[in-house]
Amino acid sequence: MKIITNVFHQLGRWCEPVIEGIIRLCGISAIIFVFGIFFFVFREGMGFFFGGLDIVEFLTSPEWYPTSVSNKRYGVLALVAGTFSVTALAMVLAVPFGLGAAIFVSEFCGPKLKETLKIVIELLAAIPSVVWGFIGLTVMNALIIKIFKVPIGLTMLNGGIILSLMSVPIIVSIGEDALKAVPDSYREAAEALGATRWQVVYRVLLPTAKNGLLAAVLLGVGRAVGETMAVLMTTGHAVNMPLGPFDSVRTLTATIAAELGEAAVGSDHYRVLFIIGVLLFSITFIVNFVTDLVIKGIREKA
Amino acid sequence: MAQTSNATKKIEIADLTVRYDGLEALKGISFDIYENEILGIIGPAQSGKTTLLKTINRTIEFEPSAAVSGSVKIDGTDVQSIRNVNQLRRRIGMVFPLPVGLPMSIYDNVAFAPRTAGIRKRSELDELVERCLQQAALWDEVKDRLNSLGTKLSGGQQQRLTIARALSHQPEILCLDEFSIAVDPVTTMRIEDILKELRSQITIILVTNLVQQARRLADRTAFIFESELIEIDDNDVIFSDSPAHRLTYDYVSGNFG
Amino acid sequence: MATDITPSSSPTEITDPSLMFTATEQSRKKQLMENIARAIFFVMTLLMILPLVLIVVYLFVKAAPVLSPEFLFTNPAKGMRAGGIWAPLLGPIYIVITSLLVSAPIGVLAAVYLNEYARASWFTRIINLAVVNLAGVPSIVHALFGVGAFVYFAKMGRSVLAASLTLAIMTLPVIIASTKEALNAVPMAFREACWNTGATRWQTIRGIVLPNSISGILTGIILQVSRAAGETAPIMFTGAVFFKAISERDVFAYGLFDRFMALSMHLYQLSTQVPGVPEALEYGTAVVLLGAVLTVNALAIVLRVYLRSRKRW
Repeated sequence: MKIITNVFHQLGRWCEPVIEGIIRLCGISAIIFVFGIFFFVFREGMGFFFGGLDIVEFLTSPEWYPTSVSNKRYGVLALVAGTFSVTALAMVLAVPFGLGAAIFVSEFCGPKLKETLKIVIELLAAIPSVVWGFIGLTVMNALIIKIFKVPIGLTMLNGGIILSLMSVPIIVSIGEDALKAVPDSYREAAEALGATRWQVVYRVLLPTAKNGLLAAVLLGVGRAVGETMAVLMTTGHAVNMPLGPFDSVRTLTATIAAELGEAAVGSDHYRVLFIIGVLLFSITFIVNFVTDLVIKGIREKA
Repeated sequence: MAQTSNATKKIEIADLTVRYDGLEALKGISFDIYENEILGIIGPAQSGKTTLLKTINRTIEFEPSAAVSGSVKIDGTDVQSIRNVNQLRRRIGMVFPLPVGLPMSIYDNVAFAPRTAGIRKRSELDELVERCLQQAALWDEVKDRLNSLGTKLSGGQQQRLTIARALSHQPEILCLDEFSIAVDPVTTMRIEDILKELRSQITIILVTNLVQQARRLADRTAFIFESELIEIDDNDVIFSDSPAHRLTYDYVSGNFG
Repeated sequence: MATDITPSSSPTEITDPSLMFTATEQSRKKQLMENIARAIFFVMTLLMILPLVLIVVYLFVKAAPVLSPEFLFTNPAKGMRAGGIWAPLLGPIYIVITSLLVSAPIGVLAAVYLNEYARASWFTRIINLAVVNLAGVPSIVHALFGVGAFVYFAKMGRSVLAASLTLAIMTLPVIIASTKEALNAVPMAFREACWNTGATRWQTIRGIVLPNSISGILTGIILQVSRAAGETAPIMFTGAVFFKAISERDVFAYGLFDRFMALSMHLYQLSTQVPGVPEALEYGTAVVLLGAVLTVNALAIVLRVYLRSRKRW
């Protein structure tokens, strides 16, 4: 008996470095995967990136004719404009509502209502993007045609509304966290001076939590830029420089999703889609990096 | 230093300096601790007492900003040179100011350390748990509910549970850091009685903010002030009208601190 | 309200005590502003939530004609224009299980590393930054990665395995984040108490940290079940297909290297690629997907509330 226990004890001593090694390996897995994503996406697009693609045209031309027989053009400017116009429209709608709701949930409602609203918001955040796309395609499309008397409802406006609905839960929950992080003593001090709730929010909370709220908005932007299925289904799929909310547009993400299935593996068209992937990866990388710096700024101050 | 010349040295501390981010928490402290004595360590808050205990069992290593120089020797071996730090920690029982009942049953609280040390036999564990709880004067109160949560005990009971856990790995040295801060006076008296009984078996280091507690319990007492060791001597010297340092007299008699 | 007390007149002149609490013009205005602000924020919150609740109700009403057990357990038929959703319903179950088998252990151990082993250093900061960035990578870029790395480079082809691994990497950072939060909720004092008895780091983690954070960890993983089940873009090119008939009585119909149908992809195809699909079929598919996702999330919420109510310290 004693021998067996001893063996287990010895085994334990041997196992522990092994377990710790595995844990360390998993710990750095995130780095491996981030580089892996960049590497493999770039690897597929590399052949065209170094052989044939006119980078200047790629970034500055609005002409995207990847399947034309005589006059192939690979300009993503219209797609970039599509992505940013839809995102901007979504943020115009989502930021006031998101922050307003965050303030309401955090400062103005009772504990019961707060708990309920937070659960509803959490459930909203869970709705799959393809279901959002479906809602845009059916409900929102019909509504836009009816209300604005336009022939087609699958437009920048539709995509923007759907994207804003998708981003709002993130903005609310992160924004609420930021407001929660403001110490209660600030609120109490302000209220002791006779300030009303609204004055507390306006004069104390918003200035104190502004970095956290900015981070919430940036995370919303990140989600909107990267969203694929919902914009693919709602924005009408036309490669256009967008001029107004009733134009159909196409985003970077939607282009990849729509065309990767049709492009012949290894063709220039196939490769350029991966280069768009690298571009998207870089955009979201920058947005996330800035968000991280903003959040870090809060921590250092606190 | 009177009685001490013929006793065995258990711990030798030599020129021990600890810095946190460059700020000195202990400045070149040297003294010895003898086997089977109770050494009281007194001094105001923030004077480096807790840091001293942490250097003995090397939990100071969990403070990323701490830098240690000088040596702490146990039975003549420098603790820094011990490869298996967990073995070292098993030789030392630690009780900190706030009682920590682990979120597991009372039985598992006490059996935790023996299990990590490889004891698996139920009968052996049963016996050990009972003995430690007896020693910590908690057995009678909890013997019928060993399976209930350790975290649900009262503060005083949890502190005794912490002591039982500190004894469960059969340490040679028991360090207590202001154990009475979070417990009521009755429990404090009970724990003091326990310490008196344990004195014959192990070496006890009693860090305390209560001067009278050191006077009641300790054989010798060290006075640490602003990171420096002011004086260490037998209790009848430290608590007399004429300790070596005026500062000691002032602190002990309550003129400051 | 306590804030109605006004310092406008000096206290010695007041003879009638009730006068002390009379609102002045200024404080009445303040109160009005307060009510307006509260109303505006309430309306904003309502405007955000109410339409969605209505939309969800609308979806259910539209889907009502097809919703039946038969709809769930028969394959799509007649070029997707009839039949049920059996094959697309079974697919996500496979990829959710396979992907979480990969991402849950790696994610949990990565969080253990970050929370329990890593010290504050530039390297740890880079890892954390990588986790944040991984969470922000657009799902379509994950799809491209899946195509490049798993489908072609690792020669898995378009399969359950390739799609699952793609999803695994997508869910990984969120599992890391939620696990870290759960581990962080275990008080430091418990760890210190264990270290002081001579327990090693791993013994402490296994003995105290994991048992007391497992509920939070599980909740985080359950939330990823619904996310993985609802995603479309990452599986579109890595394994999900337009149509694949499978046996209607066999729950083990898909193999690891088979192509599969998925509910999310099916909904996309029905609503954009196939003309002449009966409306109710589309709405039915959307409602089943939405219902499944919301049910799983609601389960996670219930579990969290229940576990919070029986905290052990």
